[in-house]
Amino acid sequence: MSTKIKINSQIFQDSNNIYYPKDESEVSDLIRELYKQDSPTEIIGNNSKSFIGNKTQSANTTSLSKISGIIDYRPEELYIKVKACTPINEIEQVLSENNQELAFEPIDFGYIKEGKSNKGTIAGYLSCNYAGSRRFKVGSVRDHVLGFKGVNGKGDIIKSGGTVVKNVTGYDLSKLIAGSFGTLVALTEIILKVLPKKDSSKTVIIYPSNFEQIYDFFNKLSSSSSEISGAVFVPEQSKDKDFVTKKNSVFKFNDLKSNISFIAFRVEGDKISIEEKINNLKKELKLSNSDISTLDVYQSEPFWKKVNNLEIFEKTEHNLIRMVIPPANGSKLCKHLENNHNYFVDWCGSLFWIEVNSKKEEKIKDLKKMAKDFGGYLTVIKTSSEYDYGEAIFTVDKVRLMISEKVKQSFDPKRILNPGKMYRGV
Amino acid sequence: MSEIALPKIDSSILNRKSEIVKKLSKLTNIENVLSEADELRPYETDALSVYTQTPLAVVLPENTEEVSEILKYCHSENIKVVPRGAGTGLSGGALPLQDAILLGLGKFNKILEIDYENKCVVTQPGVTNLGITHAVQHKGFYYAPDPSSQLACSIGGNVAENSGGVHSLKYGTTTNNILGVQMVMMDGTICRFGGKSFDQEGYDLMGLICGSEGLLGVVTEVTVKILKTPEVVRAALIGFPSIKEGGDAASEIISSGIVPAGMEIMDKALIEATDNFSKAGYPRDAELLLIVELDGTESEVNELIKKVEVICKKNNCSSLKLSNSEKERLSFWAGRKAAFPACGAMAPDYYCMDGSIPRGKLAEALLEIKKLSEKYELPVANCFHAGDGNLHPLIMFDGNDKEQLRKTEEFGSEILKTCVRLGGVITGEHGVGIEKRELMCEMFNDNDIQQQLSIKKSLDEKNLLNPGKVYPILRKCAEEGRVHVHKNKDKFPDLPRF
Repeated sequence: MSTKIKINSQIFQDSNNIYYPKDESEVSDLIRELYKQDSPTEIIGNNSKSFIGNKTQSANTTSLSKISGIIDYRPEELYIKVKACTPINEIEQVLSENNQELAFEPIDFGYIKEGKSNKGTIAGYLSCNYAGSRRFKVGSVRDHVLGFKGVNGKGDIIKSGGTVVKNVTGYDLSKLIAGSFGTLVALTEIILKVLPKKDSSKTVIIYPSNFEQIYDFFNKLSSSSSEISGAVFVPEQSKDKDFVTKKNSVFKFNDLKSNISFIAFRVEGDKISIEEKINNLKKELKLSNSDISTLDVYQSEPFWKKVNNLEIFEKTEHNLIRMVIPPANGSKLCKHLENNHNYFVDWCGSLFWIEVNSKKEEKIKDLKKMAKDFGGYLTVIKTSSEYDYGEAIFTVDKVRLMISEKVKQSFDPKRILNPGKMYRGV
Repeated sequence: MSEIALPKIDSSILNRKSEIVKKLSKLTNIENVLSEADELRPYETDALSVYTQTPLAVVLPENTEEVSEILKYCHSENIKVVPRGAGTGLSGGALPLQDAILLGLGKFNKILEIDYENKCVVTQPGVTNLGITHAVQHKGFYYAPDPSSQLACSIGGNVAENSGGVHSLKYGTTTNNILGVQMVMMDGTICRFGGKSFDQEGYDLMGLICGSEGLLGVVTEVTVKILKTPEVVRAALIGFPSIKEGGDAASEIISSGIVPAGMEIMDKALIEATDNFSKAGYPRDAELLLIVELDGTESEVNELIKKVEVICKKNNCSSLKLSNSEKERLSFWAGRKAAFPACGAMAPDYYCMDGSIPRGKLAEALLEIKKLSEKYELPVANCFHAGDGNLHPLIMFDGNDKEQLRKTEEFGSEILKTCVRLGGVITGEHGVGIEKRELMCEMFNDNDIQQQLSIKKSLDEKNLLNPGKVYPILRKCAEEGRVHVHKNKDKFPDLPRF
């Protein structure tokens, strides 16, 4: 770790010695100076997701939070260009006024961190690339980024992409930046694809009797022409009283029996087509009216917010794991998790949020092995206070690590930006 | 053949040809190595047939290990390698080099696994785009990206070019529809990015490879997402008395919250050309023709098509037809799909440009192109993927007239520069290749290009993989950037181009 050095610039520093560059050129000046002095920096936005990833090995902290504001919003062109640390809330509000949205459904990590909403900034969101429940239908955050500007580890301002959907000019660096945890560039500008909001939504609840049936339903739902835009499974987990209490309080809706296992799937569109799709799906899943309950739009919308806020794991002090696997292996994983760990399943069977109530990291190691065997991966999103980082919080193999090191080198040869945030050496 | 600057030829490699061919013959079946002049001829060009080069040798490996061994050998001996899929690319990305091995993936032509439970297909890269859909359509599934050459283009080539199609606005391009790739790096390292699950964590190396035009690695396996075929697909064919009214209607459709599966615009010159050629029954009095395609459940599509009808009437459309059968829907597309050959029938040669612009700038772009057409005294016809902003002006000329050829090149270059000025880009779907290489500096400054080059260097330090493509080697913005078709002799005349 390098020692703290004096930066010859006018860039504002607060009492904690955090740098607050006010624009792109100040970010560039600061990083250029840090590059010259071989002095790495942690990059933060509004600090809403900085708990995700390893602690960086750096002497300085740079906050991009002042690089904020909407630059250009063209509803008819379906894009919005913003400064990198524009709060998600601000973007969602202006889109909502035009009946548009970020279709990837940003997760609100504020609830697991501190029990209240804190969506943070778009730069933070892009750097993590964690999409919400609609992901399996509309793609991830990376699929909605059309372009960006930022400063690489040498202090050079670089850009990629643009405002148009179809663009194959040069390497698609927007994809590379998504999920890079601020280790390649300090973002200054982001162009996002936006989409129209659906008129309405309804959520259908099914109460399955066993794990095979859950995945049979998930498979039928994702194989239907009557498209759904969300499907979760929340298990009963009757042995853990605290979890049951939490589950009942989070999912307290008139038309939902939350004390037993349930699948919820969402249908969006205009009112007539919602009914048509639900009727089609009922036939395809061979469901009768007595097997199901339906959340109308007034229950459906808050239901999916609670899912995407991870409210069931609000303020968790345990390790929280995000595991993604191909859905065909989901029922095996559910069986393993049953009464071992609290969890729920999103993305129509692909995404598992698992709370690992254990001081020992052996269990995380076992789960990681399972994720790899199933053809997926896991990330420890939030660590308990006892976590000693003996087990890496990301999943990576040797070859990908070697290539990641090369890519890092090409953006940030002296490892100035968020060193060690993802992997040692990157 | 047109002249184009290519990397300096390494004469020591040319002198070692027989030794290199001998070694390659040990790394794969001897029949998979081609080195005689008549064997090499079919590989001299891709679909940008104005440029030809004879490769040192062609090698057609049969499996990933062979690709790895070949690349490892070339890496250690400093031999350049140009990868090639089906050779349908329109920007010269697979143009051979005289001192390079052409690595063809034609023998990678098998679908390895169809996994309905995980909604994906694992395939070798030489399988055609449409081959994937054909393999799953009996179960009601399909692969969404549909480049016009989908009958012949390979999925590996689609990954290299990040190919799109008419349905890109709603369904995305290749990068949004693949889950994983296996790739061999120039030094022979075999790597896997992604798999059957969504969003591999860490750097999105699959996203970097997709659209990298064969400069970073050779893809030997692709896992693609498959989607359920929509229940109903309907189209509307709408004529407008002016470009502005038609363009406004297209913009209003999008801003009203409709996401059409496809939306295409043709100008008057193209309406006439295609209607003469294919007898599609287009409204010949219209200045602009709009085709809007909607998919979904029955009531969803009917509801949306009603909204489209209202918007078009409000914008003074002069004619409006809605498809009432699959046959009728396909007939609406017949003319549009014949756009390129129709232009080929009108002039000895045509150049097809490929820029993207913001949708709302269509009228401005077409007006500018019209002015340029008058300035250069060359006719032009325009088609436009209005859903995603991809503009394809087709400039008609006579290639035997050197002055006309020069003027066409200038005209084309000015069109692409106009696209950039209007907030767009120099290539929407054909790729940069060698064709638009020198126009990269219209869009990117030195820092941007240096960053991309340093990624290239980090993964292919010796610059042996597909050198001379994508990035400017002249260091000036030359007058380039078009697809040239002489006497309608497209290398793939049977492929619809749109």
